[in-house]
Amino acid sequence: MTEPLIFELGAPGRTSSFMPECDVPVRETEELIPGNLLRKKPPRLPEAGEQEVARHFTRLSSLNYGVDTGFYPLGSCTMKYNPKVNEYAARLPGFARLHPYQAEDQVQGALRLMYETQRYLAEITGMDEFTLQPAAGAHGEFTGLLMIKAYHDHRGETGRRRVIVPDSSHGTNPATAALCGMEVRQIESGPDGTVDLDALRAALGPDTAAVMLTNPNTLGLFERDILAIAGAVHRAGALLYCDGANMNAVLGISRPGDMGFDAIHLNLHKTFSTPHGGGGPGAGPVGVKSFLAPFLPFPAVRLDPDSGTCFLDYNRPLSIGKVRSFYGNFGVVARAYTYIRALGGEGLREVAENAVINANYLLSLVRGTYRIPFDRRCMHEFVAVPPAGFREGGLHTADIAKRLMDYGYHPPTVYFPLIVEEALMVEPTETESRATLDAFAGALLEIAREGRENPQLLKDAPHGTPVARLDEVTAARRPVLRWQPEGEEG
Amino acid sequence: MRYVINTGEDRREMLARIGAGSVEDLFRDIPAEVRLKQPLNLPHPMAEPELARHLREMSAANRNLDEYACFLGAGAYDHYVPQIVDQLLLRSEFYTAYTPYQPEISQGTLQAVFEYQSLICALTGMEAANASLYDGASALAEAALMACGETKRDRVVLSETVHPEYRETVRTYLRYRGVEVTECPETGGVTDPERLMGMVDGRTAAVLIQQPNFFGCLEQAPEIGEAARRHGALFVVCADPVSLGVLEAPGEYGADIVVGEGQGLGNQLSFGGPCLGFMACRQKLVRRMPGRLVGQTADKHGRRGFVLTIQAREQHIRREKATSNICSNEALCALAAAIYLSCLGKEGLRRVADLCLQKAHYAHGLITSLEGVSSSFKAPFFKEFAVRLEEDPAGVNRRLLKDKIIGGLDLGRFYPRYSGHMLLCCTELRTREEIERLAAGIGGKPS
Repeated sequence: MTEPLIFELGAPGRTSSFMPECDVPVRETEELIPGNLLRKKPPRLPEAGEQEVARHFTRLSSLNYGVDTGFYPLGSCTMKYNPKVNEYAARLPGFARLHPYQAEDQVQGALRLMYETQRYLAEITGMDEFTLQPAAGAHGEFTGLLMIKAYHDHRGETGRRRVIVPDSSHGTNPATAALCGMEVRQIESGPDGTVDLDALRAALGPDTAAVMLTNPNTLGLFERDILAIAGAVHRAGALLYCDGANMNAVLGISRPGDMGFDAIHLNLHKTFSTPHGGGGPGAGPVGVKSFLAPFLPFPAVRLDPDSGTCFLDYNRPLSIGKVRSFYGNFGVVARAYTYIRALGGEGLREVAENAVINANYLLSLVRGTYRIPFDRRCMHEFVAVPPAGFREGGLHTADIAKRLMDYGYHPPTVYFPLIVEEALMVEPTETESRATLDAFAGALLEIAREGRENPQLLKDAPHGTPVARLDEVTAARRPVLRWQPEGEEG
Repeated sequence: MRYVINTGEDRREMLARIGAGSVEDLFRDIPAEVRLKQPLNLPHPMAEPELARHLREMSAANRNLDEYACFLGAGAYDHYVPQIVDQLLLRSEFYTAYTPYQPEISQGTLQAVFEYQSLICALTGMEAANASLYDGASALAEAALMACGETKRDRVVLSETVHPEYRETVRTYLRYRGVEVTECPETGGVTDPERLMGMVDGRTAAVLIQQPNFFGCLEQAPEIGEAARRHGALFVVCADPVSLGVLEAPGEYGADIVVGEGQGLGNQLSFGGPCLGFMACRQKLVRRMPGRLVGQTADKHGRRGFVLTIQAREQHIRREKATSNICSNEALCALAAAIYLSCLGKEGLRRVADLCLQKAHYAHGLITSLEGVSSSFKAPFFKEFAVRLEEDPAGVNRRLLKDKIIGGLDLGRFYPRYSGHMLLCCTELRTREEIERLAAGIGGKPS
């Protein structure tokens, strides 16, 4: 089942007419715009009616799989349920229909929402101040590392240009360091999958700007030595940055600020239930300890305690500047604010507890059949590898992932973290029921049996999806990145 | 409210299966010193009716554009968002999905992004477009980095007529990259051509302009592109996509990379975010592009399908050698743009652009004929223009607000030499009656 491209639908001259007649005196376009700046050929856009467009995109949506479709245990991505009241909030006219340059006295509700969200996030993470400006997690990392670099430079320590990351880190961590013009030093994880303190101590030096850690890490394991790690990092004069992607595991249980982290980004689209949107928009607010606050991007959203009004503070001479236009993904922040107000502090703690219960429960159901390279109590996610005999049968993690689709599930994250060969990274989240976990474990065990008895079944999977496995090699070698009318390709 | 669905009984049985005595037991790896000793200090949880009421109250504390006629632009535009766009965005198969890593069950997102890329190429006259970046500002910064990588040069020339917040963002992105950012001054609201010629040389990686520029003025973009090309620098154009219904496609006048803010294509203003950064380029630059790319391919049965492609540029594969660190982008905003452009089509987009053009010129004529008000610049413009006032713009705006009008931007905020000048914008949504009230309000002396 495939759907034509929108360009292949419609008919010449067809359009959806939303626009009224012009109610002001009309002048010739040529009179208003110099001829050399006027468009000669109209852009080749589709010519379709509204009904055709509605059907086209509705049919496309039916080819997709979302959290509302079914279980989506994509490790490191926290695919929890997206509450519908969040969508209501973001669409309220006072939030959606608001221009960023309206005067502050016209937007007090929006500024208040941002200010309160900053405070809540600071309380949740144990940080002192927050910026909501970054548009995504990686954007938050970028903001955080720039601030750390600016802090060192401000103290005259301009030689600190190295960032240490463990080999289990998210790819964005080293990529961010490079984007900031810094060098990356990767350290090997210890035998238990967590940071090897000796390796860390050996890597730390006078040129170290920061150490970036995810805690719990990408294996779903809590860094038990976190206090010793923080101590070593700080003694070396470096700062400790927290990739907050896994914050869902410790909400209300433990705070990165108390663990010794100096800065953190959160992914509102993971921990705080805002939808992933098929790849965005998210939001990546950054929290810092007070000594880093002068370096936050401008403007800061602040409260004037005397008047009780909020304002945008542009007077920040040490600020790293702006990382984007305006103030951040406000629509996403409004959803996260709604979520925090719905749950309160106790509710957030309940999130972490159930996320960890669900992950450990699921682990207990598949352990034994699937191998667990670092097997101990996990936090909100765990990493497994294919059952014994799979490799000999020529079967890989991808085959398990594809076969899971036939059972109606979205596969876990595959081939990450890189330190585990053939990794399957499973994060069930707190919003799934025990019954769902039982059924999913059942499917995994069934696939283990199928793999032994009929490996070809897995190699040919998926069988019931709109398309079968796609030729990704040709796609990359001879890229076709846009539609062109017949005869004009290439 | 709670979204956890395990019952107490479930939890007890699950803990038993895990072999944990209590929930506490599951967190034993966390050292006692860093365990929270008291509950988080947050407001009490709210039931949905209470929460909805609270949110409505917060929303009502803002003056929204359903109730006020907005003449503010400056990078965020009150274009009409057809009902069909939001109705389709609420299909939760779209909005509750992740990045389409598993193409067999993500063809909806992948095909929509492929269509979006095709639409952006058609608008800009370019050969390839990515799946989106955060916003126009960060897209411009990424374009500067791309140009430095391609040319192996370490200097960019950025026109002072580019949105001030975009220039701030470019400087932030380039701060530690050893790239020199030179700003070319403006004269009469456009990039000074002579100064620009003097600044571009064999060290220049890119020349970056905005068309129409921050003042709403149209740059002599083809000439600037020619100057860049003479020295082997890339020509980067930051374009308003709606304007491309009537303005020449940058690809036709020599742009190598076209970026811009796509919010106006079917996305709400939302107080300035989420935005939609778009980026398009020539084919030869594709492997330097940041962000996701969707490509067409086929399955083993020969059925057409779409996948994320050329991923060897990206952070999850290349780590510190990636072209950018971007992961999450603005996919749902790109979907909105695809739906919007699909509905409007060839004729509809031209019509929106023409309405903006006509209304802005009607407003300009009315306002500049007022006593004490003059046009700030002589250059041609599209939907935005600046005027010099005798009164303080803030005072004028306060007066307009009483008449349910949100006036323009005080240019002095970003350009001190233009204090007393106001930047105004007319989209297709502004009616003749609103424009006439705006003019009357600007002309009316304080009572």
